[in-house]
Amino acid sequence: MSRTPIEKPKSVYFFGTCLVDLFYPEAGVAGIELIKREGVEVIFPQAQSCCGQPAFNSGQRDKARDVARAQLDLFTKDIPVVLPSGSCAGMMFKHYPELFEGDVDYNKACALANRVYELSDFLLNVLKIKLTDKGEPMRVTWHGSCHSQREMGVRSQPKDLINQLENVELVELKRETECCGFGGTFAVRQPEISAAMVSDKADDVEATQAQKLVSGDCGCMMNITGHLDYRKSDVQGLHLAEFLWERTNDPR
Amino acid sequence: MTLVNGKDFKGRVHKALKDEELRANFRRAMDGLMGKRAMQFTDGDEWTRLRNLGESIKKRALSKLPELLERLEENCTKNGIKVHWARTVDEANSIILEILKSHDVKTVVKGKSMVSEEMELNHFLGDHGIRALEADLGEYIVQMAGQMPSHIVMPAIHMNKGQIAKLFQDNLPDTPYSEDAAELTAIARKELRREFMEAGAGLSGVNFAVAETGTLCLVENEGNGRMVTTVPPVHIAVTGIEKVVENLSDVPALLSLLTRSATGQPITTYFNMISSPRKEGEKDGPKEVHLVLLDNGRSKVYRDTETRDTLQCIRCGACMNHCPVYTRIGGHAYGGVYPGPIGKILTPQLEGLDEYPEHASASTLCNACVEVCPVKIPIAKMLVRLRDENSGNCPHGEHPLKGRGAKSSTIENAGWSGWAAMNASPATYKVATTAMSRIGNLLPQSAPMLKEWTSVRVKPKFAKKTLHQMAKEMGLKDE
Ligand code: SF4
Repeated sequence: MSRTPIEKPKSVYFFGTCLVDLFYPEAGVAGIELIKREGVEVIFPQAQSCCGQPAFNSGQRDKARDVARAQLDLFTKDIPVVLPSGSCAGMMFKHYPELFEGDVDYNKACALANRVYELSDFLLNVLKIKLTDKGEPMRVTWHGSCHSQREMGVRSQPKDLINQLENVELVELKRETECCGFGGTFAVRQPEISAAMVSDKADDVEATQAQKLVSGDCGCMMNITGHLDYRKSDVQGLHLAEFLWERTNDPR
Repeated sequence: MTLVNGKDFKGRVHKALKDEELRANFRRAMDGLMGKRAMQFTDGDEWTRLRNLGESIKKRALSKLPELLERLEENCTKNGIKVHWARTVDEANSIILEILKSHDVKTVVKGKSMVSEEMELNHFLGDHGIRALEADLGEYIVQMAGQMPSHIVMPAIHMNKGQIAKLFQDNLPDTPYSEDAAELTAIARKELRREFMEAGAGLSGVNFAVAETGTLCLVENEGNGRMVTTVPPVHIAVTGIEKVVENLSDVPALLSLLTRSATGQPITTYFNMISSPRKEGEKDGPKEVHLVLLDNGRSKVYRDTETRDTLQCIRCGACMNHCPVYTRIGGHAYGGVYPGPIGKILTPQLEGLDEYPEHASASTLCNACVEVCPVKIPIAKMLVRLRDENSGNCPHGEHPLKGRGAKSSTIENAGWSGWAAMNASPATYKVATTAMSRIGNLLPQSAPMLKEWTSVRVKPKFAKKTLHQMAKEMGLKDE
């Protein structure tokens, strides 16, 4: 189940996520540009930080709640909150209500959770975006994150967007839905299992002979491209938003 | 010799990952099993409806577990089945030993039973001069190899045909080397036939124990379950207390979910419903039937309403078939009786977090197991709960688990406190992230966490400007 589509809003909040903030700000900018191009105003609360997921998944529920609580008062208008990450969106959508159960801020947490959208789902199903490809012919493959698939119901949306691009050939990954082995701190707590998983994923990526690996979650991307670069592969990884923006914007 | 051990998880993982044959065996088998299951549930609506039903049946049964167990005992007794209660593995083993001794049994033939693995029953009986022989083909193979099952439904899934052929050749006199599956099965079948006829008792597990009618349901494919429960004069069934269901009408849905999830079969070759010993005038069946109900920590799991969901499990194995971690490391690496996602949540609850400190962290929380579990056990949520208990500093739920705080680390806690302080205050966050984007890339590869990360990946690169800065430059409203 993906989120129930709503009418196209006049404005939205953008929650950048900490990984995008620090490592992939261009992906955030591209996501914002894509929304703006559809005539929707983007609000970026400067006080935002992280959704709290790293601590939540590490047995540090109290710290996760502290950080999550700091976000609750920043997105109070009744407009969608769009995230360029299925994983962080899943944290807010699925786990905030659970995290704040029995807490004074429970209602606030649920209200925020209900307005959360993953970017590709939002572009496709709410904004009903139509993309015009301006790029050279290219072959790409897609990796969908576990949480976007299984917590946000985002499965075909990103691929539908890529398939709107005329000159892009999308080659499906073998075992497309299998985890890449990132799992946040899993990658460093169980480094050997994580290494085996990412190496298998990279094999599958290379087998597609794609020039680019497109993904909607920067955690997976940091993991898979981090390994592709390590093995000096030619395949380049980038975030879906950046890829879509690159191929469809008018060069100024 | 005990094969059960939660410590040195990482050591076993290391070994398993280096074993290319093992990796290939699991990959091939799990791909096959996932494909077969998928073909069974092509209708999403039917799947949703059926698993909701399965979940509600198990939840209803658990909600009145004490009452149902009593009713089960009452109705079994009426049927002539003798019911025994065992709080611990030791108690269960002694009960079985007594029964076997009273009939002067020298050999007991066994159908598949994971609970008997939990009890290490074969070793126990062996120590008391009674031979326990596994009659399920997979179990027969792992017993011959001196191993434990590596999967709860397919115990010898870690081996390929060549390895099994070699094992048979080495262990069975006059057996020629053959990699043909039908021939290998025929060899085992011939060996086992004689044993069924001569054994003094048969032992089996139970898939569903029906309180309403006192019926023990047993699901299997090879007919060995039918043999061990009908040919020897005594049949002993062992099961965990969570296997009870309320009514006979609860069984069809669970059975359908079980076989389709486990092996991708619409139904198994055999489905046994055992309701009594041989009656007057009947030509077959055991003269005595015993049911041993084992707790072994289950009532502890039960009393906490959050961890209770673990007991919904119908042991289909789908969670391990779909687990990317299990597929890489195989079943033995877990070190417990139950591997894979269900093992990761069940074993530390039964045995203690201190005994299995790595289980909760050996997951990416990818939710692949949650997606396929036919009774909707929130495995990922349970793993997060176990992690909270492992760290020891943010307990929740009504009852602490044994070994709470097993992974508690002052350094790690301090690190998270720092992280929380930074991310909960906008001003600190801004200062910290701006600093990181300036100097973060100077961190050496030997820094904590980066060392593990860079063992197979390049260092992540901090961007020169944060998105916060860029958003400001873009003139985005900040409100
Ligand atoms: S946890 Fe669910 S999927 Fe795993 S064995 Fe139990 S019932 Fe099957």
